[in-house]
Amino acid sequence: MSATTTASAVPATALKPRFGASRRRTFLTTWAPPLAVFVLIVIAWYLIANYLISIGRTTILPTPNRIVVDSFFPTTGGRPITADLMRALGLSTGVAFVGLAISIVIGVGWAVVMSQARWVERSLFPYAVILQCIPILALVPLIGTTLGYSFESRILVCVLISLFPMVSNTLFGLQSVERSQRELFKLQGASRWTVLTKLQFPNAMPAIFAGMRISAGLAVVGAIVGDFFFRRGQPGLGILINNYASRVQTPQLFAAIITAAILGVAIFLIFGWIGRRAVGRWYEPAA
Amino acid sequence: MSTLTLTPTAERTDVVSEPLLDFRNVAMQFPNGTVALSGVDLTVKRGEFVTVVGPSGCGKSTLLRIASGLEKASEGTADLATKRIGYVFQDATLLPWRTVQANVELLAELNGQPKKKRAEKARAAIDLVGLAGFEQNLPKELSGGMKMRTSLARSFTLDPELFLFDEPFGALDEITRERLGDELLRIFVEQQFAALFITHSVAEAVYLSTRVVVMSGRPGRIVDTFEVPFENPRDPDLRFTPEFAALCGQVSHALREGHS
Repeated sequence: MSATTTASAVPATALKPRFGASRRRTFLTTWAPPLAVFVLIVIAWYLIANYLISIGRTTILPTPNRIVVDSFFPTTGGRPITADLMRALGLSTGVAFVGLAISIVIGVGWAVVMSQARWVERSLFPYAVILQCIPILALVPLIGTTLGYSFESRILVCVLISLFPMVSNTLFGLQSVERSQRELFKLQGASRWTVLTKLQFPNAMPAIFAGMRISAGLAVVGAIVGDFFFRRGQPGLGILINNYASRVQTPQLFAAIITAAILGVAIFLIFGWIGRRAVGRWYEPAA
Repeated sequence: MSTLTLTPTAERTDVVSEPLLDFRNVAMQFPNGTVALSGVDLTVKRGEFVTVVGPSGCGKSTLLRIASGLEKASEGTADLATKRIGYVFQDATLLPWRTVQANVELLAELNGQPKKKRAEKARAAIDLVGLAGFEQNLPKELSGGMKMRTSLARSFTLDPELFLFDEPFGALDEITRERLGDELLRIFVEQQFAALFITHSVAEAVYLSTRVVVMSGRPGRIVDTFEVPFENPRDPDLRFTPEFAALCGQVSHALREGHS
């Protein structure tokens, strides 16, 4: 079976170059398939859009090149929306990041408190679930009317929507320590704090990063949803989407939606990368 | 390689005959009513390697958990004459985010030993189990046998006087298992600690121990005890001698008797 003697296994120093080589190989295998799918989608898009235009339904689905031309290089009057879009993107990104940061801090803290005793968990976990179950769309107008339409209110929406995965994932990670590992610490008379910092927390890191990735996506949704329903205050992507939709500026609407999607994907990728940097070295996901 | 700086035998002052572990009439009943152990009398002295064999579910592991203080016996007394206990779990229980070196240092770290001292201790223990050169490897890069070696090294860093082994080689293939058994025996001969070793392999029990204790199925009782006459250090080929086979036969017989 596997190697057991010192002679037949490979010491750490000898492993390094092999890892480097395999990483280069996986770059192609990682990015080529999704890119191929992207090309297929664009082709399908053109076919459908041209068909719709050919039967006279011109406003439903603009072709990709019309989205780009009308939004950024308009030929027939109108002005490019580049500046508006970038300002809105900046604002929504800010809301999403601040909201996410707050969710991470509160979520991890909440989970750590719950992990300390069964009764604390029983007392507090239902509220995390309730938070998750409230239809956020119902809350958004309420937040607007009671707290105003400021940056802070937008962040609150963001936190409400992105908090739960942080709480549940962190709690799961903290509690999924193997019994024998816990006993190993217990036999040495380790304190609660030591167990938390040297055992539970490192053990929870993969789950925490998985939670961050989910929460990051939700934070972007939260930033845009809050904006979309507030309809006032400084315009982020949500307000732009709302405006273009009500004015039937379909190419601009698509440009704003695609920008929002790119923001979500970018944040998702960033946190995936951070997670791999932090725990990929030692973590082996169960096959 | 065998010049480990663990406390030399001579400095261990306790009288040899005094038991380090003393079980008197120990019984264990779990809250759900299951009786895991009943009337267990057992002593382990320094220089003794006592192996407990029994069918699975006979309470062997409970015995160790009581000895280590992880559980409290519901009846009888379990006295320990030392606080320096090494507990080796069934699985290697390594922390996957720590390198071999850092894993081996863990116990000393939890005991608040200074960095330099525990690093030295760990290096000596890593040498002892034959893992030199793998200090910076992570557990996921190790084979099952190497993980168990790391676990053994970790338990050596606290200079235990009494070792509790909970089927440590149970998950390994036979070749690895025998090799680790040989090495454990070599270290035992050098250091003369006291060991209580749980296994369900008769051959492993007879090969490693100075005394084999046979337990029956639930509730776990001691049904027979065999003194093992073979001299230490032992030759791996001992396993293929008629005397060895005869003793294994007797132990197996006692197991079957206790089981029925």
